[in-house]
Amino acid sequence: MEILNLLLPLSMLFVIAIGAILCWAIFAGQFEQLDAAAKSILEDDDSGVGD
Amino acid sequence: MGTSSAQLAGVETLNYRVVRQFTIMTLVWGVVGMGVGVLIAAQLIWPELNFQIPWLSYGRLRPVHTNTVIFAFGGSALFATSYYVVQRTCQARLFSDRLAAFTFWGWQVALVAGFITLPMGYTTTKEYAEYEWPIDILITLVWVSYAVVFFGTIARRRMKHIYVANWFYGSYILTIAVLHVFNNIELPVSLWKSYSAYAGVQDAMVQWWYGHNAVGFFLTTSFLGMMYYFVPKQAERPIYSYRLSIVHFWALAFTYMWAGPHHLHYTSLPDWTQSLGMVFSLILLAPSWGGMINGIMTLSGAWHKLRTDPILRFMVTALSFYGMATFEGSMMSIRTVNALSHYTDWTVGHVHVGALGWVAMITFGSLYYMIPRLYGRTAMASAQQVEWHFWLATLGVVLYITSMWVAGVMQGLMWRAVAPDGTLVYSFAESVKATYPLYAIRLVGGLLFLSGMCVMVWNTWRTISGQPGRDPVTTPSPVAAAA
Repeated sequence: MEILNLLLPLSMLFVIAIGAILCWAIFAGQFEQLDAAAKSILEDDDSGVGD
Repeated sequence: MGTSSAQLAGVETLNYRVVRQFTIMTLVWGVVGMGVGVLIAAQLIWPELNFQIPWLSYGRLRPVHTNTVIFAFGGSALFATSYYVVQRTCQARLFSDRLAAFTFWGWQVALVAGFITLPMGYTTTKEYAEYEWPIDILITLVWVSYAVVFFGTIARRRMKHIYVANWFYGSYILTIAVLHVFNNIELPVSLWKSYSAYAGVQDAMVQWWYGHNAVGFFLTTSFLGMMYYFVPKQAERPIYSYRLSIVHFWALAFTYMWAGPHHLHYTSLPDWTQSLGMVFSLILLAPSWGGMINGIMTLSGAWHKLRTDPILRFMVTALSFYGMATFEGSMMSIRTVNALSHYTDWTVGHVHVGALGWVAMITFGSLYYMIPRLYGRTAMASAQQVEWHFWLATLGVVLYITSMWVAGVMQGLMWRAVAPDGTLVYSFAESVKATYPLYAIRLVGGLLFLSGMCVMVWNTWRTISGQPGRDPVTTPSPVAAAA
């Protein structure tokens, strides 16, 4: 199963990359004020009235 | 005074043009791709429908159907909605109009090239990666541009928070890039012929690592992104649990990559690899249902809207089918279950629960929300036709999947039936004959679904015909306005 010599390191790289991005998100404050974040799209008026 | 409106308070015009282009092509490719699907379903009943022409033979047309519905219909829908959602949630114009235009034209050229070359017999034979190497290169160029435009737009956002839908879209863009490149590493020997860098069971492993993630990221994670924007907007309610959306996103991101081996149960793939795939596929049930629950429960307090709003009905039904498909998929990943289902029509049924029930229906709901807003209208021309579409689609899916479930289980049982003396009870041909009537029911289901698609095209035509495209401006940010 030599293909695992490619797939396993590749998958580990993926895991590390995903972990790094998750770390960034946490420390960049992406997960604060989640209620405001959820409502923000509803406050965006995309109706085209007054365009 | 005298500043242009573009400079005033950081207000800019959004690029809806490329969104409109991709939206139109979503509808066109939907009819074409589903039409080919109906043709090949009919061919399984009446083989003479290939008219003895190689370009119309089932073997060549099947990948035309799969690639067109996944990449042409689904892909265009994802381009359209991701470009719409990223601009609205970031309150910023797309990073580069020229690159965005390249993604549109490049994608269409790749799709048309595939549509022509596959019936000509040029194929890599790798499922959902049948396009030959020149098209693969074009796809890579388009995809890199897509990533630049999408992430560039996020970088231009005027608020700190990145709305959750963008995480789902962003992850699909990145993972598909890796999957596409690695699965399509091939050595060209002529303009339309190449050989895979991998061989035998190694190739199978890479192929199904790709294949399952094509489903997991191209058809699931991305459409969840679509869902997380359009369901709250249509229901006029925030996502049920924003926290849950973040948690299940990361769980999905970490686990989906490992599920591929469940396509290779009882093959020469090592047992431990098969078991790994099975275990992760079962774990996947949790984050998948997290998404379904979050989407459906967003209607909490607004259930009454389902009585009168067919768009919302599309969305809730899509989420229900999503829950069904992810439960079914996890069950089918169990080796003993797979021993019955593999190579049968149950797999086909499962695919279409996801493809018709989830992917297509969430697309319909989202597009019905988005299309009027792209053309300066408040709603589709006919709510009645949206209603018709909903019932045609739902009935079509139900007929499709129930016929294929019955066919699949029947086939699995017939193929494994062994007489006391050790011989097989049924010949393969007998199982084909027994499947016939179920193929007929499936064809009816597909026809209903296709006719619903056509109703949508007609309704859209009536909605946008004669309407100029609308390119709105962003909301000025309070800080800039005060300056």
